Amino acid sequence: MKIGAPKEIFPGENRVAMTPDSAQQLQKLGHSCIIETGAGAAAGFEDAAYEAAGVEIAPSAEALFEAADVVVKVREATTDEMNRLRADQTLIAFFWPAQNAEMLELAKEKGTTVVAMDMVPRISRAQKMDALSSMANIAGYRAVIEAGNNFGRFFTGQVTAAGKVPPAKVLVVGAGVAGLAAIGTSTSLGAITLAFDVRPEVAEQIESMGAEFVYLDFEEQAQDGAATGGYAAPSSPEFREKQLEKFRELAPEVDIVITTALIPGRPAPKLWTEDMVGLMKRGSVIVDLAAEKGGNCDLTVKDEKIVTENGVTIVGYTDFPSRMGTQASTLYSNNIRHMLTDLTPGKDGVINHNMEDDVIRGATVAHAGEITFPPPPPKVQAIAAQKREKPKELTAEEKRAQEVAAFKAQTKQQVTLLGAGGVLLLLAGFFAPASFMSHFIVFVLACYVGFQVIWSVSHSLHTPLMAVTNAISSIIILGALMQIGSGSWLVMILASLSVFMAGINIFGGFMVTRRMLAMFQKS
Amino acid sequence: MEYGFTTAAYVVAAVLFIQSLGGLSNQESAKRAVWYGIVGMALAVVATLMGPGAGNWVLSLILIAIGGGIGWVVAQRVQMTEMPQLVAAMHSLVGLAAVFIGFNAQFEMVRVAAMQAAGDAAALDMLTGFAAKVAEKTTAEIAVLKVEVFLGVFIGAVTFTGSVIAYGKLSGKVNSAATKLPGGHMLNAGAALISILLLILYFQGFGTWTLMLMTLLAFFIGYHLIMGIGGADMPVVVSMLNSYSGWAAAAIGFSLSNDLLIVVGALVGSSGAILSYIMCKAMNRSFVSVILGGFGGSSGPAMEIEGEQIAIDADGVASALNEADSVIIVPGYGMAVAQAQQAVSELTRKLRAKGKNVRFAIHPVAGRLPGHMNVLLAEAKVPYDIVLEMDEINEDFPETDVVIVIGSNDIVNPAAQEDPNSPIAGMPVLEVWRAKQVFVSKRGQGTGYSGIENPLFYKENTRMFYGDAKKSLDALMPMVE
Repeated sequence: MKIGAPKEIFPGENRVAMTPDSAQQLQKLGHSCIIETGAGAAAGFEDAAYEAAGVEIAPSAEALFEAADVVVKVREATTDEMNRLRADQTLIAFFWPAQNAEMLELAKEKGTTVVAMDMVPRISRAQKMDALSSMANIAGYRAVIEAGNNFGRFFTGQVTAAGKVPPAKVLVVGAGVAGLAAIGTSTSLGAITLAFDVRPEVAEQIESMGAEFVYLDFEEQAQDGAATGGYAAPSSPEFREKQLEKFRELAPEVDIVITTALIPGRPAPKLWTEDMVGLMKRGSVIVDLAAEKGGNCDLTVKDEKIVTENGVTIVGYTDFPSRMGTQASTLYSNNIRHMLTDLTPGKDGVINHNMEDDVIRGATVAHAGEITFPPPPPKVQAIAAQKREKPKELTAEEKRAQEVAAFKAQTKQQVTLLGAGGVLLLLAGFFAPASFMSHFIVFVLACYVGFQVIWSVSHSLHTPLMAVTNAISSIIILGALMQIGSGSWLVMILASLSVFMAGINIFGGFMVTRRMLAMFQKS
Repeated sequence: MEYGFTTAAYVVAAVLFIQSLGGLSNQESAKRAVWYGIVGMALAVVATLMGPGAGNWVLSLILIAIGGGIGWVVAQRVQMTEMPQLVAAMHSLVGLAAVFIGFNAQFEMVRVAAMQAAGDAAALDMLTGFAAKVAEKTTAEIAVLKVEVFLGVFIGAVTFTGSVIAYGKLSGKVNSAATKLPGGHMLNAGAALISILLLILYFQGFGTWTLMLMTLLAFFIGYHLIMGIGGADMPVVVSMLNSYSGWAAAAIGFSLSNDLLIVVGALVGSSGAILSYIMCKAMNRSFVSVILGGFGGSSGPAMEIEGEQIAIDADGVASALNEADSVIIVPGYGMAVAQAQQAVSELTRKLRAKGKNVRFAIHPVAGRLPGHMNVLLAEAKVPYDIVLEMDEINEDFPETDVVIVIGSNDIVNPAAQEDPNSPIAGMPVLEVWRAKQVFVSKRGQGTGYSGIENPLFYKENTRMFYGDAKKSLDALMPMVE
């Protein structure tokens, strides 16, 4: 198959879906590669480098779409590009099928197979093709760099001959991949980093990156990230209030705010309100990674950098990965390559579009003239379900009430049992002869004693207990002993056999028990 | 000798037996407890031999000596791993003895009745022991006696064949899978019903053949009942049979009007019953469903397991162990089979010498006998204060660096918590998969005793250390430094 990467036509897009390195890897899978001339220039890959890697250069986009069997791209395809595709071609790119119904229809009409890199399910096996994560990683890093670029001070605190410099205080809101990358970058630059997320289970990850988790004092049932495939879900108004209150408290302290809060399929939540911006110090910087979805900050302007009246810089760029074209292209082209590896199981240059495979099925949004979006839920859960919360501590009264209730129930049960037992005994006594009753009393009492005694036997001694009771049960020898003196031969023989067997049991049983118990020793 | 002396001796013996069981509440007093039992038994036997009703005590002593000798030798020789079989085999002896004694009572009754019918006063006067007692009984007492004998024989017979089958299954001589004859429980129920009919016939004086027929039926019930119970439920079965042998003794005690027999029978019976109950609770199964055999019906297909079992060699395990600070070892039946307890103990000693925190986690139903693992580890001189129960240690798994699972399967199966359709759903299990790393020592890729697939083996932090447990550990030992 021929894999082709056209030049990205979106203005300002620096990335490219194929690098010379990834092309070499693709050729190992048995594919041949073609690239539009100049496609890699913005990302720092010259045509010559591609040629050296054995990639054919197409003079124009038309020629490329004509020649390639699989078209790999970064940005979602435009209408023009879609129209160039044929039924036997496959497009691998970001596609955003939920927001791009028109394009999806077009793909269906054309019969083109579309693999959306943004639809790769979040399971362990698919991490190597998770382009969203690799791009978010870059965005998180770049956000800190961008903030530093617009921030007039050091990140790290220093005491120099020329005076003391306080460390910068960075707040990262939303600890997804981008957030965590931002935390890592910020702490390694030396800033004091705080981080917040609505999912309390990421506290550990935040702390592992060296930031401080901002805890909210809130009683609401914690969000379970596992239920939403590891993404955040909208929170209740009360929770939001509490959260904003906390941010308001932090706003005067922090120098840099990096917001990355996104909820899948919804506009970005407004977390950094106008009044918080007002509370911030002059020279502070806000980098809003959610600008594409409307921004987490009220004042964010998409794709622009603005400075507010009180001197706070708000960065609303949406093309952070593209700003690091070389790095982003390397990672993205590797994601694409891994996707193609999965699509080429035989490593023979033949694409096998296996719709039974969780990952391929999940990422494919159009196939063979049909729309295959949304995919069925993957068979494997992304993240293990969280442990349920421990039962709530009971108050003293509740405990007391429970105890009383339990006591009453127990009393009732015991009285019923005793009553029933008593009645049965009386009935038995009415019919049975006195000699039987006297034995019966002994029997009942012995059962009772047995029950009381055995409960306290320690668990590890259950085997010795069994051996001992086994040995003791050979008390049956007494019966045989009483019969062995009988005048009848038959009785005597049977009794003798019984004595013999019980004898084995007595000695064997006690011996084994002793052996076992002798072994139990303290260290 | 006076009758009063025997009774007094019986009282002392009974107290000693109770002390003996009560003493098992901890390891130290347990060593004393077994002596209480021995003294109690000796006292009971001597008192009976000297008391009224006993005859032929020379023969008795000879037989006890021979039997005792055999018992002694067997108990000395038996491997600790063969304990379950031995206990089961011994139960069968008690069961058979109960059957014989019950029959004897019947024969004596027939004999005495014949004498009474013949009006042979001289012969009646000559009667000694049990027969003399029977001769004194009124009609009502004889009726009660008949019920007691019948019950004693029935329970004894069930215990006998049941224990024989349990022995066969535990020692691997009989296939341990649950097998039933066509008709299943209906056969058991039918046999029990006929037994009741026979009881009525017997009561009406139809003679010894009713008792014999019932015995055969009871043999069949014992056989079929235990055949129908799967291998994983064996701990419950053994303690249940233990309980039966106690009840049989108690029933015989009634028929012979011997209070000590009744007391001890009841003690043993109730202790076995409680043990069975504790076992069932540990497996989250109802007693009835265990006795009726097979696992409770599952309500759907089992969860599919994704991933693969990843093997590791001794080198890898050793380096993980060398780096670990805390280690928990989870032994199971596989350790017993491979006789690996010494190797485990040796490994534990080595690791502890290096200052690592090594502990053992014991599931209540690990092995084939309640407390099976404790006994094996004790035999290998593993200090018992690092051997912990499930409830004591389950919370500690997340903070543990390495868990070594040696020959256990179902008791560490996460499906019990994660898959509501699993046959063992709801059974409390050791949560080993929460540890940072889990090594599973296992013979091969097959499923465990209960035949349930174990998702633990496919987890990302699990590595399979294939091979015989003992050989694997021996290979590991020199590398742990």
